[in-house]
This record gives sequence, C-alpha cells and structure tokens, in this order.
Amino acid sequence: MNLLDPQGPVAAANSTILVDSVFIMLAIVVPTIIAILGFAFWFRASNPKARFQPDFVYSGRVEMVVWAIPALTVILLGGVAWIGSHQLDPAAPVPGTGSPVRIQAVSLDWKWLFIYPDQRIATVNTLTVPAGAELNFQLTSSSVMNVFFIPQLGSMIYTMNGMVTRLNLRADNEGKLKGLSAHFSGDGFPDMMFDVNVVSPLAFPDWVAATAKTDAVLNEESYTKLMQQGIEKNRLTFRLDDPRLFDLIATQHIPPGPGPDLLSDAGRPHSGAHDAR
Amino acid sequence: MAMTATAGRAHADPHHIGVVIEHPGPAPKRTVTAYGFWVFLLSDIVMFSCFFAAYAVLSGQTAGGPKGSEIFEQRNVAIETVCLLLSSFTCGMASIAADVRNRFWFYLGMTVTCVLGLIFLVIEFREFSDLVARGYGPSRSAFLSSFFSLVGCHGLHVSAGILWLLTMMAQVFAKGFRADVLRRMMCFALFWHALDIVWVGVFSVVYLLGSGV
Amino acid sequence: MLGKLDWSAIPFDQPIPLIAGAIVLVAILAVLIWVVAKGHLPYLWHEWITSVDHKRIGVMYILLASVMLLRGGSDAIMMRIQQAVAYQSQGFLPPEHYNQIFSAHGTIMIFFVAMPFVIGLMNLIVPLQLGVRDVAFPTLNSVGFWLTATGALLVNLSLVVGEFARTGWLAFPPLSQLSYSPGVGVDYYAWSLQISGVGTLVAGINLVTTVLKLRTKGMNYLRMPMFCWTTLASNLLIVAAFPILTATLAMLLLDRYLGFHFFTNEAGGNVMMFMNLIWAWGHPEVYILVLPAFGIFSEVVSTFSGKPLFGYRSMVLATMAICVISFMVWLHHFFTMGAGPDVNAIFGIASMIIAVPTGVKIYNWLFTMYGGRIRFATPMLWAVGFMVTFIIGGLTGVLVAVPPADFMLHNSMFLVAHFHNVIIGGVLFGAFAGFEYWFPKAFGFRLDERWGKAAFWFTFLGFYVTFLPLYIAGMLGMTRRLQHYDVAAWRPWMFVAAFGVLILSIGVICQIMQIVVSIRNREALRDRTGDPWDGRSLEWATSSPPPVFNFAFYPDVRGEDAYWDMKASAQQQSLEHEPPEYRDIEMPRNSPTGFICAFFATIMGFALIWHIWWMVILGGIGAFATFVVFAWRDHDEYVIPADEVAAIDRVNLEERRGLVSMAGTI
Repeated sequence: MNLLDPQGPVAAANSTILVDSVFIMLAIVVPTIIAILGFAFWFRASNPKARFQPDFVYSGRVEMVVWAIPALTVILLGGVAWIGSHQLDPAAPVPGTGSPVRIQAVSLDWKWLFIYPDQRIATVNTLTVPAGAELNFQLTSSSVMNVFFIPQLGSMIYTMNGMVTRLNLRADNEGKLKGLSAHFSGDGFPDMMFDVNVVSPLAFPDWVAATAKTDAVLNEESYTKLMQQGIEKNRLTFRLDDPRLFDLIATQHIPPGPGPDLLSDAGRPHSGAHDAR
Repeated sequence: MAMTATAGRAHADPHHIGVVIEHPGPAPKRTVTAYGFWVFLLSDIVMFSCFFAAYAVLSGQTAGGPKGSEIFEQRNVAIETVCLLLSSFTCGMASIAADVRNRFWFYLGMTVTCVLGLIFLVIEFREFSDLVARGYGPSRSAFLSSFFSLVGCHGLHVSAGILWLLTMMAQVFAKGFRADVLRRMMCFALFWHALDIVWVGVFSVVYLLGSGV
Repeated sequence: MLGKLDWSAIPFDQPIPLIAGAIVLVAILAVLIWVVAKGHLPYLWHEWITSVDHKRIGVMYILLASVMLLRGGSDAIMMRIQQAVAYQSQGFLPPEHYNQIFSAHGTIMIFFVAMPFVIGLMNLIVPLQLGVRDVAFPTLNSVGFWLTATGALLVNLSLVVGEFARTGWLAFPPLSQLSYSPGVGVDYYAWSLQISGVGTLVAGINLVTTVLKLRTKGMNYLRMPMFCWTTLASNLLIVAAFPILTATLAMLLLDRYLGFHFFTNEAGGNVMMFMNLIWAWGHPEVYILVLPAFGIFSEVVSTFSGKPLFGYRSMVLATMAICVISFMVWLHHFFTMGAGPDVNAIFGIASMIIAVPTGVKIYNWLFTMYGGRIRFATPMLWAVGFMVTFIIGGLTGVLVAVPPADFMLHNSMFLVAHFHNVIIGGVLFGAFAGFEYWFPKAFGFRLDERWGKAAFWFTFLGFYVTFLPLYIAGMLGMTRRLQHYDVAAWRPWMFVAAFGVLILSIGVICQIMQIVVSIRNREALRDRTGDPWDGRSLEWATSSPPPVFNFAFYPDVRGEDAYWDMKASAQQQSLEHEPPEYRDIEMPRNSPTGFICAFFATIMGFALIWHIWWMVILGGIGAFATFVVFAWRDHDEYVIPADEVAAIDRVNLEERRGLVSMAGTI
C-alpha cells in the first residue's frame, strides 16, 4: 500500500507532487535547521571566539530576506498547488484504453458495496477492475461518512448519505491491491478494508460473466438487509436487479441505514444505550 | 490615576515626526468594564452569525414541509419589532436616569422596557406554539430547525435580558446607584441594544427575505 | 427520577476503566483526607480555591493541565500499545473501548491540557509583563478557571459513569447523531466542551481587555513584550472562534436532544455544514494554542541570548498576520470532500501563506541568537528543540496543504504525525519552556537543571522515535483510528512508535522528578533577586513570588525590554534610593463565586447528560443565585495599607540591591 509505489496515473501524479513539494521545501528547511544548530552552537556563552553583538536587533536587509525566503517558497508551491488541484481534481477524466467502467460505491456500516450498473452485478468488499480502463466512480454512503481510498491508485474522496461524489481512477498493472475507508465510521471501521483485483481487460468480461451467475440478487430488500450494522467477512457477490438501485440510495428513497440495534448485544455500548430513545 | 498623556521625545522633534505618545497607564474601571463587555458582545454576535449562516444554508431545505412565506405572519412580526425598538428607547431613558441618579425615571424606564420585552416574548412564544401545534415544529425540516434556533436563540437572549433587568431593578432598590451597580447597568443597556441590532438582522434575513420566497 | 442513569452505567465488565477510575478515586480521597486531617483545608479554601489573584489562578490552570496531561498521556500509551499488538488480532482493547480512548485523548489533550496550560501561563505572566496588578476581571477569571475544571471533571467522570464519545475528538455527524451514537458518550463530550468553552471565552475576553486597557505608564503597544502581543492575538482568536464552537455544538445537541435537523441525514440536514463550522473554529484553535508558545519562545530566546528580540516589529506584524489569516484556511481540513479545484487551490494557497509569517518568526529567532551569548538553561533547550522540530512540522503541514498531496495523506497516520509534530513540538515544548522559565517567578525557587535537561532530551528523542514511524506508516497508506489491521508492512513501525512512547514517558517521569527534587532542595534553589535568568521584561522587576499587588508602584516604561533598560540605565540607582512614599493599594477581594458556580455547572452538566431534568433546573437556579449573591456584596475590594506595602517592598528591594551590587563587581 506504499504511496510511493503508484499503480495508476492519478497516484503517480499525486506522489510526484508530494515528493517534489518535499524537495522544494527541504531546500529551505535543511539549511535553516543547520543554521539554527550552527548559530546555537557557535554563539554559546562559553565560546570566547564568538563576537557578542547585543545591538544587532534590526537589519532591513535581513528582514527583507527572511520575508522573501518563505514567500518565494510559497509562491512556487502555490503554483504547484494551483496546477495540481486542477489537473488532479478527483472528478477530472482519466483517459484509458477501452470503454470506461462505471462503478457505484456505497459505504455501508461497515463494508463496501460496489455496484457495476452496466454489468448488472454487485460485490461486497472486493473491487474487480480491468487494467488500463478509466474507472468512473460514483460514491455515496448508506449512513455515516466514510472516505473511499485505494492508496496505490491515488486520490481519496468522501462518501456521504444523500450526496454523490465523483472520482476517476485508472489501474495500470494487473495485481492485487488494498483499499480502505479513511474516515472513522464506528466500531467496525477497521474491517472496512477491501481487496482490489486488477485483472487484464480480457479477463474482466469473464469475471463479470462468472459473477452474474450467482444466485444472490441485490435489490431493495437484500440491500436493506446488507446495510444493517455488522462486519462482512465473506466476499459476497450479487446479480443486480435494478440498475437504478444506486440512485434510490443516493436520493434517500431508501432511507439511511439504522444505527446500532439497541436490543442486541453487539449494538450495546458498554453502557447507557439501553435507555436511549 | 493620571490621565494626561505626555508626549515623549516631542520636544526634541520640532516637526513632530515620530512623536511617541506615552501610554498614560491602566484605564479606569468603568472603561475597562465597558470595553470587556463590548468584546463579549462581539463574541455573542459571532455566535449569532453561525445561526444566521446555518439558516442561510438550510432555509431551502423544507423537506416537503412549509416554506417561510407560508408560516410567517407579518403583523405579529411588526408588533414584535415595534416593541423591541421602543424598549431600546425606554432602556436608554432608564440608563440616563441611572446616570443622573433619578430613581423614579429609572424604575419607570426599566418597567416599560420589561413590559415591552415580555410582550415581545409572548408574541414569539405564541408564534412558536402555534407552529408546533400545526405540526411545523423544529423537527419537521432542516429549515424549521434553523428558523426555530435562530429566532429562539434571540428569544433566549431576551429572556435572559429580562432576568438581568429585574435583577438590576432589585439591585438599585437594595443598593442604590453605587458605582458597581452603575457599571452593570451600563453593560445591561449595551446588551439590550445589541439584542435590538440582532433582531434587525433576524427581521430582515428571516422575515423580510423569507416572506418573499 | 434519575433519567437515563442506572447501574448499567458503571462498566463492571470493563476492568481497565473501572480499575483506573477506582485508583483515581482512592487517590483523590486520600488527598482530601490528608488535606482535612492536616488542617490545610482553610488554607486551600482562602488562598487558592476562592482566590482571584491572577497568579494563583494561572498556577491552578497549569496544575489542571499537568494532571490532565497524565490522563491524556496514559490514553496515548494504551493506543500505541494497542496498535503495536493488534496486527491480525483484536489486541487488548475492544473497538468500543479503543474508540473512546482516541476520542478522549484528542479532546483532553487539546481542551484540557494545551488550552489550560497556555491560558495558565498567560494569566500568570501577562499582568506582570504589563506592569499592572491584576487582570481586567479578577472574579470572572476565577469563574473561567473553575468552568474549565468542570469540563475536565465531566470528561473524566465518563470513564466510570457511562461512556465517552466514540466518534473522534470532533464528533462528526452523522456518526455523532442519536441514531448512530445512542449512548451518553457524545453528550458527555458536547456538554463538557460547552461548559469549559464558556470558561475559555471568559478567559479570552478577560485577557484581551487586560492587554488593551490595562498597561502601566509608558507601555505603548510597540513596547509590549512579544508574549503580550501573542497573548493578544491568541485571545482575539478565542473571542472570535469559540462562539463558533459553542454554536456548532449547540446545534448538534439540539439534533440529539430535541430532534432538530441541522446535521442529520434526514429532513434536509447538512453534514458538510458541520465540517465547515467546526473547522472554522478548529483551525483558529491551533493558532490559539501555538501563538502563545511563539511568544514564550520569543521571550526565552531573547533572554538566554542576552539580546533584544531581532526584528520586533516584524514579529508583531507576523503575529497579527497569522491571527487574521488563520480564519481563512479552514477548508484545507476537507479537500477530499469533493469541492471544486478552484476552491481547493485557493484554500491550499491561503494555508501556505500562513507559513510565511511563521517562517519569518523562525528566522527572527535565528537572528536573535546570532551575535548572542547563549546560555543553555533548560528553557533555551526547549526553544532550540522547538525550532528544529517545528520546521519539520511546518514542512509536512505545507505538504498537506497541497491538495493533490492531501488527496493521498488526508486522515492518514502521516497527518497524525504532522499535527503531533506541531502541537507537541510547538505548543507542548512552548508550555514546558514557559514552565521552566517562569517557575521561579511563581514559586520563588528555580527548578533542578539536571532533571530538567534529562526531561528535555528524553522528550525530544521520544518525540522523534514515536512520530517519525507514524510519518512512514502514513506513507504506507495507513489511516488513523484503526483498532486493528492486517497489513504486515505497518507493524514494525507501530512497534517503534510504541517504544517511542516509552521514551516519552521517561521524559514525563523526569519532569515529575524535577519538581519533586526541586521542592526538596528549594532552599538551595531559592531565587532572592526576583530575576534568576537576567531577564528583560517587567515580570522580573518584582520579587519571586511577587507580592499579591505585583508592584508597589506602577513601573514607568521607556522602551522595549523595560526591565533590561532599568537595569542598564541610571534607573538602577533608583532601586537603591528609598522610593518617595508608599500608598494604600486596593485589591479585589477573594470570592467563592467561581467555585460555587462551577459546582452548579457540574450538576447541571451531569443532569443534562443523563436527562435528569429536575436537577438541570436546580443547577441553573443555583448558578444564577450565585451571581446574584456575588452582585449583592458590599465590599469587593480590600485595602493593603501603605505600611504593609512598604514593608513588603523594602524586603524585595533589599534582595535586589544585592543583585545590583553583585552585577557591579563582575
């Protein structure tokens, strides 16, 4: 999950900006730290060679330099930030080979649901994508906020109930990656890690076909069951009944997921909840 | 405490360039108290501005419930506004009376202020309870939540102000126009006027802008 | 009768909080019994609890912060151990407990360690530096302190009665809404912060008014010590920012208690509004904390370099620039929420701009050292350690202000490392520097240097060993607040970080030892001159500890570094001459208002948390009655007769004369 080992163009560009910014700043920071330690050591009271200059309290030239150095650094980095924000806007298109894959991600308590509306399938906690194709994510949440993040593919984005956020990514190399939620969402939060399988563009249709054969169907009913609070260890797959399911979730036609079940033991915080309304 | 400012260096500087006015020393207590209370009022206005901001963000979120224009009653709001503006005037009269230590005019001014404040509160309370009775309570929609909180927060301030007002009257009755009582009276007057200003904001943003939509 | 409260609120099945709570309870009882048995209670009541003396209140603030530092620190130790052991296992803390711990850690460290520590130092020192006898509103000052203590008490009460929030230290909705957090945890969180927030606001108003309206003769704005400037900036921020927190938490509470829809998923509520509001407070908050630390370092660097502060006006400008810009950067806390590229870029650049005045400050301290004669006493060690550490924190801070970089680092362990880098390296180092530097002023004896230096080195080293691994874990994609994880690459770094916390703990132990040893050797460490560090500003112009009235006469200030000038110029002789004539001094009378008011606030807060409505009303009436009783008293001041002033001041001058004649012989 190393950020400096990007597997897609977005992550590569992000980490390039990250590394470049660090080096731009190190060019100022390292000399400054050396100067701090150097001055502190040289001007120690026990050093007879250091000249005591108690009247050196103002110098226009020095002032100009000390305002200029951070200002210039910031102007340079500001340019990087401005250009980078526009080029790497999460919603900006990321051209790829082949037709783009639409994926609708829903953060549930505490699992990820990935809906492939065009393929009419859905998976839980496993994201399978073809290498090289543009991945158009639409994201929302069934209940609380989460952040969708695949470190090696780049940019993360919030998921919020009643709202849709957009993110475009691309995975360049086949392999297995990991994704996670980067915003704390409750007791099952650590188990929101998910697998990302990047398969070859040829293998992807096969995987879709195999998945579509599953018996389980995702519709409003099974979705409502799925969104109950809990951890999902099985990598569930579904046939998608209604391709507009995501819109029903995002527009709150399906009401937000419930919180802890107050009667069950799992939902019981170590106290207090019993008498809650 | 010497309040005379001495101009240091000035005599050596015929053109009065770079005159350093020597700070005269700590300010008198009355100034300090008023200044501190001003700072408090500013912070209170920051708090109100958050509720204003929330109202601005949520005013369109009616969730199928009523819009502002469907529930605001101009006549009541006009009476409320007149009450509050008048009460600011009578509160000003009471402060002047306190400054010249005239008990009669002080009590009269404060009583009228109190009555006007109570009328305001009664009208507001009736507006609120009427809305709740019609099923338009604060939990109906985000718009109503923000409306009730903004107007209610002002109402709570007025209630606190009336409690303070009665305490001030009791203080003057028991202690007379002592220096510390006068300082508190000055703060109370500032508070009451500030509530008036906030109400002007509420009136314009909520009722005037809201009834047009 | 008791609302939601019943026996299930006591976590009998949770040994850790129960044992911890029991130990604390026993410790408190033991201290109380000792105090009563030894007959110290009247002393404690008259001299401390009801005191309205800014110095006493400052000391109590710092004491509160220190105790809470131990609580927050033990949370930190538990978290680091949990993350070290919870690889492919549940570790020793179940999620519902771990989640409370990191929420409590953040809340306590910011609100009940960092805030009271800096407010305590400002309270203690600013009136002395301004050459005046007290703050603008002494009784309110006491109210402010006790309300802060109430907040701290409620947070700690949640350990044994009920639970604390399991939402993180900012309690983001919808997670913090009733449907997802039905317990009392979020209520504990919100009501403690509401109550202590009132206390903080009171302190802010008080200190703003003090700096702007109470200054001694000749103390023009551009002659104020840097610490006074940063105090002014920091408290202006308190006055402008804390009401936002109050309003935001009020909205959250209305959602939870009365079914409002500010931040709910339903009926048009808007969670993004919470994000905006809370960070509109939250970002200024970090400058509220760090600006006073900048002020402390300015005093320390200049004193121990034996030079005036370099570029004083530039520093003032930088301070006020930070004060203003800090309100324009809040959005950088949620670049990843999907705001457009223009918005992200503008807030990113604004956040970087704030690094300019901060950088200027670093360089000005650097040039203050240049040409100095630097004495490496403990405060100076903290200052140099701060400069190095804070630059690194600044670097990573500017890095996460670059939106594309933040798209990878948001909410990661890298971010956790960053803000600990600036808060520990900036605020905590500053608080410790101020503590070491002004301790002799507050208590009349210096702290043991050997233990102090050991504390510095262990803390300094421990900080790097703890947080550099977290930077690396963040680069490896690790997000924050994980109760367990399955990624093998993170594990070694979690081990190193846990080891680092061990080193940090040794640093804390050294600090405790330092205080113990210093108290035992206090006669040897006694500061008779009132000026142990060869200081430059007015707090050193009076005895250590200062008399209750601080100064027998308002000092007459003629320039920057007021006391340095007095020492250097012919005014030195005026110390040796008998001052013309002493006058009676009026000082504010002690008052239990603050304590009693906080007592009722505690009752009210607890009752609100547990929905015990009759008790809420009782608490409210009690608090109001307290203020009315206070307003009714006839004498709010007492007079210290001129003879007594003269007697106290003569002793002080006697000691000081020794210093002056000694200085003459060297």
